[in-house]
This record gives sequence, structure tokens and C-alpha cells, in this order.
Amino acid sequence: MNRKGKAVLYSYLLGAVLLLILWEAVALLMQRPIVPTPELVFAKMAHVFASSIAVHAAWSLWRIAAGLALAVLAGFPLGVVMGYFPKADRYLAPLVYLTYPIPKIALLPILMVLAGVGDLSKIVMIFLIIVFQVVIAVRDGIRAIPAEAYYPLYSLGASFWQVLRYVIFPATLPNFITAVRVAMATAISVLFFTETFGTQYGMGFYIMDAWLRVNYLEMYAGIVVLSFLGLFLFSFIDFVEGRVCRWQKQ
Amino acid sequence: MIEVKHLSVRYASQQNSDAEALADISLTVPTGTVCAVIGPSGCGKSTLLKVIAGLIKDFEGEALINGRQVDTKAVTIGFMPQNYGLLPWRTAEENIRLGCRIKGKWQQKDEQRLRELTSLLGLEGLLKRYPHELSGGQQQRVSLARVFLLRPDILLMDEPFSALDAITREEMQDVFCIMHEREQLTTILVTHYVEEALYLGQQIVLMCSSPGRVAEIIDNPWDAGTIRRDQLEFFRRGQQLRQKIKALGGQEHE
Repeated sequence: MNRKGKAVLYSYLLGAVLLLILWEAVALLMQRPIVPTPELVFAKMAHVFASSIAVHAAWSLWRIAAGLALAVLAGFPLGVVMGYFPKADRYLAPLVYLTYPIPKIALLPILMVLAGVGDLSKIVMIFLIIVFQVVIAVRDGIRAIPAEAYYPLYSLGASFWQVLRYVIFPATLPNFITAVRVAMATAISVLFFTETFGTQYGMGFYIMDAWLRVNYLEMYAGIVVLSFLGLFLFSFIDFVEGRVCRWQKQ
Repeated sequence: MIEVKHLSVRYASQQNSDAEALADISLTVPTGTVCAVIGPSGCGKSTLLKVIAGLIKDFEGEALINGRQVDTKAVTIGFMPQNYGLLPWRTAEENIRLGCRIKGKWQQKDEQRLRELTSLLGLEGLLKRYPHELSGGQQQRVSLARVFLLRPDILLMDEPFSALDAITREEMQDVFCIMHEREQLTTILVTHYVEEALYLGQQIVLMCSSPGRVAEIIDNPWDAGTIRRDQLEFFRRGQQLRQKIKALGGQEHE
């Protein structure tokens, strides 16, 4: 690992330690079962992770991955069309602007009727949250490409696919990744909410179930795992960005 | 051979529709020669280049490459814009290969030529770098390597050396001369440096502005690269050309 990687690792460790100290202090001050000390929670987590939490985490991860994949598959091409062809944008922009501000969670009742209360409605919900951010980010990324950037390819008689591959795709990648990163946090929160019903699996179910059983240690273990899940997803996005946007590093 | 016949370009501006960028331009660049286009800024030099490069399609008159209408798919055009046209997200090496890749004419023997060009242009050790990690002169060299590896039918350069400092600029002009001696590409070079036009052009096209048109076409008696910049004759020619450009600038304000 290089020096920069180590520095990042240390800063994360420091953040985790500070959080743990704060937690410990609050737990010791309050002395109530609703705020157990971290060592109890971690002991519980070590005990139940492999036997029960892991499968719930895997289900949540799957829903996020599927929703994200669908959002990219639909959002990226739409963003390209809107960014590259101003005429298409003129007709599509009002549609996007009208639907983008609707809180997606408000569509949940409709989704539940149309897609059922199972996996599909949860995945579609994540899709709906991420897709708009992707469309807007890709479109604006393309608009920000100066006309001169296309000249070498145009004068070589490049096809649209070549322009897409050599200019549009790499130029919009940083914007696109940022959009996914921003949408991810919302997606995780909403996923938690949708997992509290209609399923026996997922971190949302696990945490709410532990709460109803008044098993606070398990509930906290679930919350900690959810936090690690988020950390894993963000680190993964950072890793991908570092690999595909190497040219951006100064 | 590049032929431009009675070329006029109008810009569709917001206020009035007949803002004329170029009016009745005619010029011929014989195969294997360098034509330097010089004139005040805003005289449409770059517009002229863009028409020949196939970037502007809305024009009157004719622009012919080897006797045929400009068709970016049919002919190979090496276009070097002012900012060198390197893709920031590709390494120097990938940028050099880009021309051949797009044209789909990458061959095994090009690998050998790439090595040759790299050493000739002094780019060894820089190939894995990204454009922003290179100096202006190095980016220029990468851009030159790209067009010369491509072996285009014509080469179009838009103020290729103007962003460089004076010393690097003269160095790059010499590099260009060496490359031109080797490859003999039919070239149009737009510049606003009198010395550059005299040094590199076998034909100098003097343009004046509003609307952009050809004021004079001067045959430059020297072959590119064989004259020395410190010769008195070179200096005298430079002064003459400067006078002419100044005179044109005067007309402009009448």
C-alpha cells in the first residue's frame, strides 16, 4: 500500500476510534439498556454475524446492486441522448424536471400495487432514486465538454460510437461517479425503510425485528453492520473512481 | 493537393443572419508543400481550416482534397488544433495511436514507426504520462507524433506553436521541418507570426478581416527549413511582410 493509502486508512481508523469513545461515554453516562456499550455490541456482533446478519446484509447489498445496475443501464444512455442532442433535451428535460422532485418514497404505495411487496418494488425504488441523478449528471457532463474536444475525432471521420467511446464516456465519468456517490446515501436510507415490510430478509428487517423483540444488542449490531455496508459501498466507488479516472489525479 | 474555390462562410449570429466570416477565398496548395496562412486575429484563418477539416459543413463554394469534396471518412485528415487536441483521459502513447485507431488502419509495422517517431521527437519515457503531466512543448510533440504516424492525406495546423515560449517554438518549428522533409505532407499552417510563416511556408497566404478574404498570395523562395533565422535576408523579408500586414490593418479602419 502506498503512503497516501496508508494516510487514508489511518484517518478512517481515527474517525472510528473517536466515534467509539463518544459512544462509550454516552453509554456509561446513561446506564440504560437502550444504549449498550460498544464492547457488548461488538461481542454480540461477532457471535451472530455469520449465523444471521450476513445473509441479511447480502440481501440488502443485492437490492442496492440490482437497483444501481438498472439505474446506470437506463440513466446513462438517456443522459447521453439528452446531452448530445439538444433537440432531444428540449422534449425530455421537462419530463425529467417534473418527475425528479417527486419524493420517490411517495410512490411506494403505487409500486407496491404494481410490483408487489417483494424484492421487485424495493429494487425499483432504489432505481428511481439513483436514475435521475445519473441522467442529470451525464447530461450536464456532456454539455460541459468544449466543442474543440470533438474536433480531432470529427476531422478523422469518427463514428458516433467512437466519439462516445473516446470523448463522451470518459469525459462524463467523474460527474457520473459523483452522482452515484450522492444518490447512494439516499438509496441506503430508503432501502432500510422498504425492508421493514414484505420481506424476511435485509438489514431493515433485521434491525426492526431485533427492536420488536427488544433485543437491543442485536439491533445495535445490525446498525453497525449497516454502517459498515455504507462504508464498503463508498470505498468501492472511490476505488473504481481511482482506477477509471487515473488521468484526473494531479 | 488542396483546392479552395470561391469559399464563403456565413455565421448564423443572433443579431443578423449575414455575419460573413469568409468571403470568396480561393487558394491552391500543391501536393507535398506547406502553405502558411497569416493575418490579423478575427480574419477567419481558423474558420478556413475548419472548413477544410470537415468541421464546418455549411459553406458556399468548393473545398477539394485531391480533387474531391471534403469527406472526413474518405480521406485522412490530420488536424492539429491550437490546444493540440490531445484527449486528457488517454496517455501520450494512446493519444499518438488515436489517429490510426479511429481510421482502423493500425498495422503491426506501425509499432516500429511509433518507436522511430518517439525517439525522433524525444518522447521516450513520456509515453505513459497523461497530457496534463506534460509541458506545452511535450504535448505539441505528442500531437505531431500522432499526425505523422497517421500519414494523413493532408495536414492542417491551427497556430500550432503559438502557445509555446519563443525558444521552444523555434525548436518545434525545426522539428516540424525535419518531419516535413521525411513525410512531405500537403500542409496548411495557420499562424500569426511573421517569422513562422516565412520559415515554414513555401507559399504565404495573407488574409485581411471583416469579412475574411485573401489579400495576397506570396511565393516564398526558400524551401522550408533551409534558411537560417539570423540571415539578413530573412530579416528583410520579415520586415516587408510586416509592412504589408500593417497596411492591411490600416485599410481595415478606413
